[in-house]
Amino acid sequence: MSNVTLRVNGTARTVDIDPSTPLLYILRNDLNLQGPRFGCGLGQCGACTVLVDGVATRSCITPTSSIRGEITTLEGLAKDGKLHPVQQAWIDEQVPQCGFCQNGQIMTAKALLDRTPNPTDVQIREGMARTLCRCMTYYRVQLAIKRAARTMRAGLDASKKEVTA
Amino acid sequence: MTAFTKIPKQVEEILSSRREFLKTSGLFVVTLGAAAAGIATLMTDHSGAASPQAAGPYPDRDYRQLDSWIVIHENNTATFYVGKTDCGQGTGTAFRQMMSDELDIAYDKTACIMGSTDVTVDQGGSGGSDAIQTDGLPMRRVAAEARRVLLEMAATRFSVPVDQLVVANAVITVKADTAKRVTYGELIGGKRFSLALTGNNINAATGRAPMKPVQDLKIVGQSLQRYDIPPKVDGSLKWAVDMKLPGMVHARNVRPPFAGAKLLTIDESSVRSLPGFIRVVSKGNYVAVVCEREEQAVRAAVALKANWEKPATAPFPASEDLFKYMRSAGSQTSRANPAVTGNPDAAFSGAAQVLEAEYDVPFQGHTAFGPAHATADPSNGQMTIYSNDMKSYGMRNGVAEFLGMPRENVRVVWMEGPQAYGRTAADDAGFEAAYLAKEIGRPVRVQWMRHEETAWDTKGPAFTFKLRGALDNQGNLTAFDYDAQAADYNHLGYNEANTVLIAQLMGSRPRNPAGGGADRPSDMYEIPNRRVTTQVVGLPLVYETPLRTGNLRDPNGPQVTFASESFIDELAAAAKADPVEFRLKLLTASTTDDNAFRRARSIAVIKAAAQTFRWDTRPSPRPRGNGRILTGRGIAYTYRSQTVVAEIAEVEVNRETGHVWVKRMVCAHDCGLVINPEGLKRTVEGGMLHSLSRTLHEEVKFDTEKVTSIDWASHPTMTHLDTPETIDVVIVNGDPNPNRPDLPHYGAGETVCKPTLAAVANAIFDATGVRLRRVPFRDDRVLAALKAAKV
Repeated sequence: MSNVTLRVNGTARTVDIDPSTPLLYILRNDLNLQGPRFGCGLGQCGACTVLVDGVATRSCITPTSSIRGEITTLEGLAKDGKLHPVQQAWIDEQVPQCGFCQNGQIMTAKALLDRTPNPTDVQIREGMARTLCRCMTYYRVQLAIKRAARTMRAGLDASKKEVTA
Repeated sequence: MTAFTKIPKQVEEILSSRREFLKTSGLFVVTLGAAAAGIATLMTDHSGAASPQAAGPYPDRDYRQLDSWIVIHENNTATFYVGKTDCGQGTGTAFRQMMSDELDIAYDKTACIMGSTDVTVDQGGSGGSDAIQTDGLPMRRVAAEARRVLLEMAATRFSVPVDQLVVANAVITVKADTAKRVTYGELIGGKRFSLALTGNNINAATGRAPMKPVQDLKIVGQSLQRYDIPPKVDGSLKWAVDMKLPGMVHARNVRPPFAGAKLLTIDESSVRSLPGFIRVVSKGNYVAVVCEREEQAVRAAVALKANWEKPATAPFPASEDLFKYMRSAGSQTSRANPAVTGNPDAAFSGAAQVLEAEYDVPFQGHTAFGPAHATADPSNGQMTIYSNDMKSYGMRNGVAEFLGMPRENVRVVWMEGPQAYGRTAADDAGFEAAYLAKEIGRPVRVQWMRHEETAWDTKGPAFTFKLRGALDNQGNLTAFDYDAQAADYNHLGYNEANTVLIAQLMGSRPRNPAGGGADRPSDMYEIPNRRVTTQVVGLPLVYETPLRTGNLRDPNGPQVTFASESFIDELAAAAKADPVEFRLKLLTASTTDDNAFRRARSIAVIKAAAQTFRWDTRPSPRPRGNGRILTGRGIAYTYRSQTVVAEIAEVEVNRETGHVWVKRMVCAHDCGLVINPEGLKRTVEGGMLHSLSRTLHEEVKFDTEKVTSIDWASHPTMTHLDTPETIDVVIVNGDPNPNRPDLPHYGAGETVCKPTLAAVANAIFDATGVRLRRVPFRDDRVLAALKAAKV
């Protein structure tokens, strides 16, 4: 066991752990951040996805000691009490069935849209291909990503206007 | 034993009410405040908020008491307590809509508590897609009764007859003097109704008030957003898998490495020095390790050394030999007992054309997205299990029996979980957590690993079919001979103390294994001569097998409908008839029985699907194109428990790779009165795509020692890449006969799982002229079939 300091959702957190432990267990059990979930422990399904410096990362196979950057979990997406446009799109589109996988869908989609603000259908399918859902909500997830992309672009355009005005 | 010193905050949240509701209504504050002050007797046994503080015992809720179902609070809000669980289709929202409507209260002033055995009546949890169809009726009746009682109370208060009162949004007003008004909260808030209901069983529970006629329902029929979705997307919902308790420890199972293996010895020294190690718990062939921390338990389960003895004979044939085994004489465990209408033999001998075909469907897994899990707390000499078990009441009974505890000392707190559509009907993890908690004397959280879940969960039964059909010289179907064999012997019961996996591994055996079953087609076709034969096949290993069967989303329907609706398509092609026209002809027979009405609904649904798809009337297959991609369309239909569904799939088949993409799906759906149309559409989409995954990908593989499908790589499933470009769901609401009253609300969910496999198979035939009779249609299998047919 040793002290490890992680930067999570904008706060530095120090935990006394075995540093080789996969990040998922530390987030869920020590830091009480349970948005990321155990699905396979093999990096195959995406349920455990968090963002590390904006990159979608499978926390179930990532040793805690290897983390250098800022971690964002599902709980950290909302800002100032306002849901992230991806989360809002998920509500507007009524995406989830059981919802257990949706942490992975949302976090992966967020990283995808940050990378590719105006994704084509093919880019959405391929970008999300390794993020699984047992309730097969893929159709709604894809619609919600397109909806979120529109919202986020509109937001960007609006802020640009403000800057140039 | 530890005792509750402090209630975990998340338990308060779960049991008190739904988060979104708490934020908006202030109910939480009022309820907890009242409980803390001890001013309301209501709170001690009627409010979910108070219950986690109760040390037990936990007697059954009395369904014959109105107070068991509905609590009106002083701030004029209501909480509904229902004995159902949600599998992710948003049934809680639908229950609130139905009950709010009958009670005459605004939807957003209500909350719904579901499925926890100590605070809700036993409506059985979920299963069979009957939540709305069956359980919605007592919910509506008791809410109507509460409204009636409140109106009578107001009539007394204002000294006017009830018919001089109007009620809206939980406020009762005197018609002639609208200054005279009183809220539900003012009439009864924080107090008991103390009103007895009648009814010999919970489904019959009723008061004296009738339900509203359909035309008076205002909240029912609205596409309200599901209340459970915001906390699911912002990360605030606490799921069963998130449960934490003071002093809690973590367990992992160690499964036999071979099916039917016997445990000889355990070398505890292999794990004793590992960090956090507490104990190895073992009885019979059940083994688990318990550690302080979760990752420690994961590592200890891998590190534990044990010696196992292989069984003397192979537990089952390898998966590639399964269908040969199932067709071999002697594997059947039940007698063939054909159900015959008309004279099929005579019809076959006089036929112009006789068709025969065999179909195969392998074992398919539930493969829950999150492996089985539960947390059990043995505090205060009671046993509380925090679980996502869809049948929480059954688990309570089963665990009580398994542990030899009185039922009243056991409760199951239902929380949301990953759905696997039938897997938790026999929720092994809940039994394991309870057993381990009793052994260790501390709260225990147990969770299966991925390899364990995929290999050892319950399976949907494999089927083989042999079908024969007779056509006369006008292309009419005159006889239909259906023979189904299902590998379903010892089909698992619901949370039975002697058949859950831990019990089997410990050596429990019921007096007789469950017989299992094979189903018949569920359609409304009028075929004059039919023979239906169903038989069950047993595998050599009956107990402690990873191939034990359980109910997987419409347990036999996808398999049976794959065979029956594929074969109807083969008959249509042989008759050179359009597949839609051929089906409509089978449904237009004039009879005077109730089936005529069912056929009329079937016709309406098939026509709605065809119209939406813009179906081009012609026989299949279409003239084959020359390109790399071949396209086609196929239809399939079913009738299940009064719900009618027709699905049309449009496919693209890559003749070079064998890859099938279902580009478009149309579903026409009639389940009578619809509570929440957009919610229903999402449910239909999910069900169809679940079946599409079973059509294209899913198959449990095994050798003669063990299941070899152990994760998402060795057991592929549908992904974003397979998703159709367009899905159209057409709600055909009800009754083609305008002279009949409106239909009641029937069930939805499982019915749509039936036709998908055949719709896709029929579309592939239309595109290529090749008939696929073995699920799943993985690329290599499709390519081999195309090559064999020189496509």
